[in-house]
Amino acid sequence: MQAPSPLTAAPLLRIDGVTKTFGAHRAVDAVSLDLAAGEFLCLLGPSGCGKSTLLRMLAGFETPDAGAITLHGQDLIGLPPHQRPVNMMFQSYALFPHMSVAKNLAYGLQGLGLDRSRITERVQSLLRLVKLEGFEDRRPDKLSGGQRQRVALARALAREPRLLLLDEPLGALDRTLREETQGELRAIQRRLGTSFMVVTHDPEEAMALADRIVVMDRGRIVQAGPARELYERPASRFVAGLLGDVNLIAGTLEPGEGESRSVCTAFGPLRAVPSPAVASAASETSVVVALRPERLRLGDGDTILTGTLVDVAFLGDRVRRQIRLADGTVLRASTALPGDPGDLGIGQPVSLGFAPEAGWILPA
Amino acid sequence: MSGNAVRPSGRWLVRAVPFVWLSLFFLVPFVITVKISFSTPATAQPPYLPVIDWSNGLEGWREFFYALDLTNYQMLAADSLYWEATVSSLAYAATATVILILIGTPMALAMARASERVQPLLVALVVVPFWTSFLIRIYAWIAILKPEGLLNAGLLKFGLIAQPLEILNTPLAVMIGLTYAYLPFMVLPLYAVMSRLDSSLPEAAADLGASRTRVFRTVTLPLAMPGLVAGALLCFIPMVGEFIIPDLLGGSETLMLGRMLWIEFFSNRDWPIASAVAVLLLILIVGPVVIFRGAEEKREEALR
Repeated sequence: MQAPSPLTAAPLLRIDGVTKTFGAHRAVDAVSLDLAAGEFLCLLGPSGCGKSTLLRMLAGFETPDAGAITLHGQDLIGLPPHQRPVNMMFQSYALFPHMSVAKNLAYGLQGLGLDRSRITERVQSLLRLVKLEGFEDRRPDKLSGGQRQRVALARALAREPRLLLLDEPLGALDRTLREETQGELRAIQRRLGTSFMVVTHDPEEAMALADRIVVMDRGRIVQAGPARELYERPASRFVAGLLGDVNLIAGTLEPGEGESRSVCTAFGPLRAVPSPAVASAASETSVVVALRPERLRLGDGDTILTGTLVDVAFLGDRVRRQIRLADGTVLRASTALPGDPGDLGIGQPVSLGFAPEAGWILPA
Repeated sequence: MSGNAVRPSGRWLVRAVPFVWLSLFFLVPFVITVKISFSTPATAQPPYLPVIDWSNGLEGWREFFYALDLTNYQMLAADSLYWEATVSSLAYAATATVILILIGTPMALAMARASERVQPLLVALVVVPFWTSFLIRIYAWIAILKPEGLLNAGLLKFGLIAQPLEILNTPLAVMIGLTYAYLPFMVLPLYAVMSRLDSSLPEAAADLGASRTRVFRTVTLPLAMPGLVAGALLCFIPMVGEFIIPDLLGGSETLMLGRMLWIEFFSNRDWPIASAVAVLLLILIVGPVVIFRGAEEKREEALR
């Protein structure tokens, strides 16, 4: 097993201006992306955004119409799938139904010029890695969903690829198993130091797994960065909404520049931090102020907005309230359970506040 | 009357219909055939002895059973012609089955890999020949293969041959006829299996470093095996007893059990020996199939 390699300046994988069209549909549109060795990257986006097509081009099952893909400076596009030093874990797992677990794991090792005992040894170490010792003679149809998922992961890791592609690796698992497996997947990735590129449509999964999330929409990359950056400083309303619940208050920019700007809204001026796209935009530009529900404070001293409580939902670790403002806009406020103000009745007036750095101004 | 009371009897009827049908049109004729194969030919109506003398009661039945013997089978065993016909039938059918597998597998694979819009059309094209009578299609091959036929005319025209090829009335013509006529029976079951094969399986194999040939050998072919076995049996079984193709395309020299049977039955009017040939044919075909299925089931069992 290879040692974990530190993040280095030279990228392991470089995708440069890759485009792929199916008929009239542009599935992937001039996508450029670098991946560092040892990085855990998630491609996140709704179905049909081109993330799976991009992954299939890396594996060699689709050929780009334009652009370049290089791994360690070596061109990949000219290589057929079986000669590429990358491996893929399929969404359906694609386990060979007519082979035992051990034979599935050994499949990629045959043809590497290893002798029999080396292959057996390697299969055993893979089984240990995914905690499936003793399952070598089972057939895939005699395994549970979680076990199948682990066999698929181990099989994809068998050839010790520099880069592992994972297509919705946890998509077929139920919720509790998924959360458990997310941790295991991260642990395995850290231990092996292999670069992982995961495709997912689940924002929570992307945030839980990845060092860096690349958000795609309609064939293009719309934003890339660590989960926290994307959550707190999204580049667009699309990204803001994709990564979690968000309140949007429409308004127009007032004159000014700097760390925070004032937005003229139906509820008076609101101070918030402008996103780069609107930092130096002219006044009167239409914008929205994005506010995460957990950033809204209830009954706070410095009241900014007032409204009526219309709904309270107890969610275990937090309470979510819906507050209707004077013009009918409904905002969602979420408070952590310790420190929750408690018995606010439905229909009662509520005052809301937020710190200027909690609001984020986005183009409308 | 309540609905519940009716349902079980209705179900019983549904099960009984095919059972009765098969008994009536398969089992009874088969028993009669086996009986005739133990009889002696006679110049009579029907042309064999014994027949049950109903007027004599139980005594008639006794006489009837005593008159049955194995003479016809002894004759079959003694006459080398039947052995040759048996071996030759099996050889024709086996060779044609191998050729059909070699042609049908890539054809079914190409059909299964074609775009989903084209696939129904391709299936229709495979089935289209069935809209014409089998006999007429085999007759058409005479027109193609005969010395002054289409094939020779074409080859002569393009200067590829100087003399017309003698194909009609040779074993080659029989092979051409067999492969032509039975190709759909090989292709359709293979296609049915291959089109349902998860396309990510060969992709996963390629991803794990397998070349195209290794993907086919280790993933596609093993998973298509049920279709291949079904196709091979569907072709092999009727080909062993095939009569029309060897008769029309193979000429009088062709030795195949189907033809022997026909000759014994219609030309020699020897019903008992013809029946014996029919029974032999059945044993030849059913025996290996039963053994093969048994072995398959055991293998499946072992894998579980």
